[in-house]
Amino acid sequence: MTAPRRVALMITCLADMFYPEIGERIVRLLRRLGVGVTFPAGQTCCGLPLFNSGYHAGAAAVARRTLRVFDGAEAVVVPSGSCAWMVKHEYPGLLGDGADGVAARRLAERTYEFSQYLVRGLGRTEFETAVSGRVAYHDSCHLLRGLHEAEAPRTLLRNLRGVEVVDLPGSDECCGFGGSFSVRLPEVSTAILDRKLAGVEASGAGCVVACDAGCLMQMQGGLGRRGSPVRAVHLAELLERERGEAP
Amino acid sequence: VSEPVVTTPLRDRARHALGDRFLHEALDIATTKFIGLRREAFGNFPEGEQLRDRARAIKEATLQRLDEHLERLVDSVERLGGHVHFATTADEARDIVLDIARRTGARMAVKSKSMATEEIHLNDALAAAGVTPVETDLGEYIIQLAHERPSHIIAPAIHKTKGQVAELFARELGREVAADPEVLTRIARAELREKFLDADLGITGANFAVAETGTVVLVTNEGNGRMVTSLPRVHVAVMGVEKVVPSMTDLMVFLGVLAKSATGQKLSVYTTLVQGPRRPGELEGPDEFHLVLLDNGRIAQIGGTLREALSCLRCGACLNVCPVYRQIGGHAYGYTYPGPIGILLTAMLNGPRSVKDLAHASSLCGACAEACPVRIDIPRMLIALRKEVDERKIAPWPERVVFKALAWLLCHPALYRASARIGRVLQRPFTRDGRIRALPTLAGQWTKTRDLPPVAARTFQERWAALEREAR
Repeated sequence: MTAPRRVALMITCLADMFYPEIGERIVRLLRRLGVGVTFPAGQTCCGLPLFNSGYHAGAAAVARRTLRVFDGAEAVVVPSGSCAWMVKHEYPGLLGDGADGVAARRLAERTYEFSQYLVRGLGRTEFETAVSGRVAYHDSCHLLRGLHEAEAPRTLLRNLRGVEVVDLPGSDECCGFGGSFSVRLPEVSTAILDRKLAGVEASGAGCVVACDAGCLMQMQGGLGRRGSPVRAVHLAELLERERGEAP
Repeated sequence: VSEPVVTTPLRDRARHALGDRFLHEALDIATTKFIGLRREAFGNFPEGEQLRDRARAIKEATLQRLDEHLERLVDSVERLGGHVHFATTADEARDIVLDIARRTGARMAVKSKSMATEEIHLNDALAAAGVTPVETDLGEYIIQLAHERPSHIIAPAIHKTKGQVAELFARELGREVAADPEVLTRIARAELREKFLDADLGITGANFAVAETGTVVLVTNEGNGRMVTSLPRVHVAVMGVEKVVPSMTDLMVFLGVLAKSATGQKLSVYTTLVQGPRRPGELEGPDEFHLVLLDNGRIAQIGGTLREALSCLRCGACLNVCPVYRQIGGHAYGYTYPGPIGILLTAMLNGPRSVKDLAHASSLCGACAEACPVRIDIPRMLIALRKEVDERKIAPWPERVVFKALAWLLCHPALYRASARIGRVLQRPFTRDGRIRALPTLAGQWTKTRDLPPVAARTFQERWAALEREAR
């Protein structure tokens, strides 16, 4: 377990604007684990929406800014698999072979998606939760197929006492978000979402857990519109403190 | 121009497909089945992953020296007594086949399933020239009766339920037909047997052609490929230039992954190897054999953005796993090749303008790249196409302005923070019980079917100072 114990939080635009409590949760949890958390000023967005839509000059400008913002960080923790993927996988290619490219590769190596930081970086897998009952886990596409991570979040969830992780058929299938795809082809995006939510509701879970703010926005958007009692929550919202630690 | 001009916007085509209950039922059953079968096939085959890497490496190496491999293929086929033709465009390919039909006095052509002949719209051209084309693959036979086009690369009638097929047959035959696949197949079989015997021309595609031996390889399940290549007087195979493989050993690698990816079979029921025309002393086979090598935009991509797509085996696995394809089916894509790989092939054949909207018909979930037997990174190329559409100013100008403004905003943190404050003011009239249920303009595309969370009363950035104090 070699990850640095001082990290900078990359909050990401969606979590910053719409789900700030995810960031608060992560900061408090990491501090309880003895990890020093900084929050470098001047953060905006990783540039993934620009990159995926093909606006690569703009995405590169945003990426260069992000490099400078996190220049001094020993490690960077990101609450969304897609943004972590952007930094780890797309920044180096986007910024070429010059000094920026070198810096991008260094940032890529030091950047961790949240669940990967806990499990693979710190080796901490046993936590307490305030939630009880059944939960379903949704594999976010970029975390699963981009960062090849199916296990870390599931390990964390399975180790929670009082929580039963139910089998979600098609858990590895897209929720239909896809950034601008969700408004370019909204009917298709919603049809894909409906399929996902039908599975979630049939699973008997009280909440569906994901590690990506995009998927949460899409799934909660659909659940809310259906008037469903099921909630879409970020993994961090379930982790109160490490097991054995005083409340 | 070989492609029909698609006039309705993609979004309307998709909406139309989403409203088709039969399509939805047929697609859901078939793709779910294909996904399960493929998974099982590779699950029982631990060497599969390595074989996929080898298959891709062979494709890459072959592309490096495509000209040499094609020359070798030409030599081999000619040595066997066959004729090889090179077609730069779809028009040229059609003319070559029509010339052969005219010269040999053909009146009827039986065809085995071929996407290459779909790509060049051969059937219409044959019919116009007085040669009746008869599709003999069951799925192709069905859609030919229905005057439709394939909606899947390997399962052309995937969009139809068995009930719809029974209705179609009943209409054609003028009698009641049971919605039972076995009954339906028997009817098609009886109808087709006569055609095989009457046809002058047999037209096929080719899954592979082996350069060292001149062997054209057809991977099928119904046996119709054998009839098409052995009974008529003349056999014409139409093949994209990228389908050449160097040796029989290489062929074995591809056969090891193709059927598993396509249908979950270890091998297809028939693997037909054709070598030129009938030789002296042989009982079966055509008098003439022609191989049409089709470029149609492929060669330009050897050094282009879409190079990887030239490794495609046309197995259809990426369609089956694609969440978009599974919802809208193949016809909504509007061109010969549907699904994720189809978008790339459409761009290859028709240029980037044709995929202005199609390039965005993907959530970039990556399921296609994962399923692809030769690991083609389809999402990466979709993004590259989007980039091309932007840079060549094919994308609509309001969109380009919006994204440029977004990039500018994201480079100015103070403005980005101000946008949160402005959002909080603007959202007030639309927010109730902590959610937004209806918004005007583009955001309304979201809220029509989904709630939107409002911008938080205090963003994380605005909360950080308090969090920092907590730590002390």
